[in-house]
Amino acid sequence: MRDVHVSAIVDAVKKLCIGANVELEPDMLRAFDRALTTERSPAGRQVLQILKDNAEMARTRRIPYCQDTGFVVCFVELGQDVHVTGGGLYDAINEGVRQGYREGYLRASIVRSPLDRVNTGDNTPAVIHVDVMPGAELKLAIMAKGGGCENRSKYTMLTPAAGLEGVKDFIIDCVKMAGPDACPPLILGVGVGGTFEKAALLSKKALFREVGSANPDLALDALEKELLARANRLGIGPQGYGGDTTSLGIHVLTYPCHITSLPVAVTIECHAHRHKEATL
Amino acid sequence: MGVTTAADTIKEVTTPLSDADVESLKTGDRVRITGVVYTARDAAHGRLWPLIQKGQPLPIDVRGQIIYYTGPSPTRPGDVVGSIGPTTGSRMDTFTPALIQLGLKATMGKGARSQPVKDAFKRYKGVYLGAIGGAGAVLSRFVKRVEIVAYEDLGTEAIRRLEVEGFPAIVVNDCHGGDLYQDGVRAYAREET
Repeated sequence: MRDVHVSAIVDAVKKLCIGANVELEPDMLRAFDRALTTERSPAGRQVLQILKDNAEMARTRRIPYCQDTGFVVCFVELGQDVHVTGGGLYDAINEGVRQGYREGYLRASIVRSPLDRVNTGDNTPAVIHVDVMPGAELKLAIMAKGGGCENRSKYTMLTPAAGLEGVKDFIIDCVKMAGPDACPPLILGVGVGGTFEKAALLSKKALFREVGSANPDLALDALEKELLARANRLGIGPQGYGGDTTSLGIHVLTYPCHITSLPVAVTIECHAHRHKEATL
Repeated sequence: MGVTTAADTIKEVTTPLSDADVESLKTGDRVRITGVVYTARDAAHGRLWPLIQKGQPLPIDVRGQIIYYTGPSPTRPGDVVGSIGPTTGSRMDTFTPALIQLGLKATMGKGARSQPVKDAFKRYKGVYLGAIGGAGAVLSRFVKRVEIVAYEDLGTEAIRRLEVEGFPAIVVNDCHGGDLYQDGVRAYAREET
């Protein structure tokens, strides 16, 4: 067994929250550069350039890239030989969020109940998913998930007869429905298969893959490329002002499913794609 | 006060706005806003709504003004404001026609508006401006002064009076029925291959 004290988890989560919000990851900056070479729309090119400037200003002035500093979604890979000491894992993650959002001047955007809607004041709690893995490492991957794009995420239960074409059409419809509202250019996380909740979870997890990287599954990689080309023919463009850059990446994960089912979940992510990882 | 066109073809918009100012703004126009802009989003609109319905006075005089849909991030010491980009306008669609009828001249946010909102823009002379979503760090530089004027307990959702200089935006819905989002898709959509 390897001991990991909760203070190390608090500190790591705090730094991940601040880092994710003020430093856009290099994969997104490269994606903006690639889009600038193909975008035909002058307004679209201008938006992309401002997004690059915005990333630079956020990084140098340590203010968040977007004022919606998101809901913290934390995926934990907990090695089964890790012993968390000094307190609870979930409490430690939430304490890290609390400290990160206060010290980083990040916005508190979480209400304690969806019904009475009183702000918790420190952006807690996070949404935490834990996978137990072999080994003695504790991996933390966090995403600061914006609300505007999350609101355009969708789920459907197709019939097996709808097949691959049905899956493709649903994903493209999601891009159309999101339109200008979800802050394009978008990243799409897609979960196909499993059960109702498994598909949704996969759609979030899919967003953590580097934007612009190939899917290790060749068939899914071809599917992603086909969908990305289709999405970028819709004409929505950066901010919906018209153009060729509606999406910068579509990431698909699958899971076995029941003979009756074909679940598809799409998490819509905006260009403020803020994610960071650390391994303890 | 008013709208003038600068040498670089960008329209200089100075608040407050008249009906004639609004009429001169066309879908697709790039603008720079100078003057007072009020912030209000979901929770503030929720509080304004019963006042509007009962015909009671609002905590701000909306006549001739711009409401910006935003909830800024906390201000770092020494800064004027935190990150301050737009939030999705459609969540305010329920409230906007009544505010436009009361004399509000512009709303600013991102994302498409409903038909009743667009109809109110035509009927009462109003306009919807698009600010770049997710560019909150850059946009903070155009805000020169911030003061909370109502509902301080709402935190980021309080109504703030901003003084802005050259704040960049684009006309999405004008009072003539124009819609930038529809025009954009028409101009750039390509056939399925």
